[in-house]
Amino acid sequence: MQCSDFCLGFGEGGKMQPIIQVRGIDKRFGDFQALSGVSMEVSAGEKIVVCGPSGSGKSTLIRCINRLERHDAGEILVDGVGLDDRTADQVRREVGMVFQQFNLFPHLSVLRNLTLGPMRVRGLSVAEADAKAMEYLTRVRIPEQAEKLPTQLSGGQQQRVAIARALCMEPKIMLFDEPTSALDPEMIAEVLDVMAELADSGMTMIVVTHEMGFAKRVADRMVFMDKGEIVETAPPAQFFSTPQTQRCQTFLNQILSH
Amino acid sequence: MRWFARAAGAPAHPPPPPQRGRAWLVLGLCLTLAACGSGGWYVVDPTLPNGRSNLNFMISGFWYTIQLSAMALVLSIPAGLLIALCGLSSSRPLLWLYRGYVEVIRAIPLFVLILWVYYGLPDLDIRIALFWSGVVALAIGESAFMAEIFRGGIQSVPRGQLEAAKAISLNYPDTMRYVILPQAIRRILPALGNQFIYVVKMSSLVSVIGAPELTRKANELIVTEYRALEIYTVLALEYLVLVLVLSAGVRWLERKMGADERKA
Repeated sequence: MQCSDFCLGFGEGGKMQPIIQVRGIDKRFGDFQALSGVSMEVSAGEKIVVCGPSGSGKSTLIRCINRLERHDAGEILVDGVGLDDRTADQVRREVGMVFQQFNLFPHLSVLRNLTLGPMRVRGLSVAEADAKAMEYLTRVRIPEQAEKLPTQLSGGQQQRVAIARALCMEPKIMLFDEPTSALDPEMIAEVLDVMAELADSGMTMIVVTHEMGFAKRVADRMVFMDKGEIVETAPPAQFFSTPQTQRCQTFLNQILSH
Repeated sequence: MRWFARAAGAPAHPPPPPQRGRAWLVLGLCLTLAACGSGGWYVVDPTLPNGRSNLNFMISGFWYTIQLSAMALVLSIPAGLLIALCGLSSSRPLLWLYRGYVEVIRAIPLFVLILWVYYGLPDLDIRIALFWSGVVALAIGESAFMAEIFRGGIQSVPRGQLEAAKAISLNYPDTMRYVILPQAIRRILPALGNQFIYVVKMSSLVSVIGAPELTRKANELIVTEYRALEIYTVLALEYLVLVLVLSAGVRWLERKMGADERKA
């Protein structure tokens, strides 16, 4: 092993090499600049909560990380792999994603939603995939719903199935795009609990959310975005008590005042 | 009028619910009346030896029509799907190919297409047998319409489905096969059913190149019997039977595929 590798990997007081590196990425949709010069590093096992007003680019940022959006400039490295059209599938195998609208496959049972990826992408047999699916359904506490269709479940249950579906691919990184924004209030807790458990298990997570209670409990680092830029990044304690910028302060006042 | 009272249940109550049998009764009555009246119904009268042999002659076209339409459908469905996928790609050449194909093929009358394939292509030293000329012309003409239906169906599946499939790293063929098409086909089944019926009916045009299908048989019979009304009426009934069976099949498919969605 070369020294430079060694230093990168374990130098600076045992700090791990970042599993996600975002370097100066731009993204525009027509005339709208969704991201401008965004850079960010995430270490393995780190939990990042991204917040900011709507249209600030937080969803676009995490959608770029598994290439649901193509970035226009800059580069993204996931687990050391530079992200482009060629490597997208390879990267997505290591990156799970949970959507605001769940996006479960409505024509497939819960079980088949979970086994499709492992069987077609990982090449598991039906029995292996079923066993894995049941394991993760148990982890999100709905093993009894395996044979139902997604639309027969409540929103909270559907989102937990979506989390289990992503976990069945055994990803190294999980991205959450406003996972509780489409849920009725009484269902938010059950989804956040599952996410907190996942965080405790050591998963690397980037979560876009307005649930500040969850952020305080789980985040290693808060990232505040506005107008396509990362404005502020800090550990939650510092982030909530002493925001450094006016924009961040205004946002926090709005979101925490009620 | 005993059956009337029984159907009504209690006496002195409103009319009985409409019965399916009655429509057939009326139809049968009309035909019987027509047959008894003046005219040449004897040429298709199953009780007469000549009528029977005429009917047998007409019915002998069924199998050809069925094979012709079935083959055309079997070819036009994958062809239409393939063209639709071109239309949904982000590659410019494929998009042009799609637009060009659909616009050109849709603009050619099927009748002209049949003539072109059977009489035109041999000038380019492309000779296709009678049956397959019919099949190819029908399938090509149909594929442009199928393509538009498929494209609409695929586009009607929410974008999130595609993204979810990408997020679990499913490749394009698997995404289409397991995620998008099952949802799209359920939505376009009624439109596809229409096209199935359309193909069966349009197969009658293949008679122009001499294919021995239902319409051709009827035309041949008229040459010897000179009874257009009677023979074409029977011909129309033959297509009616085919189409009724087909549409029952499509309804069955719809029920089968829609069952999951209704349960939801």
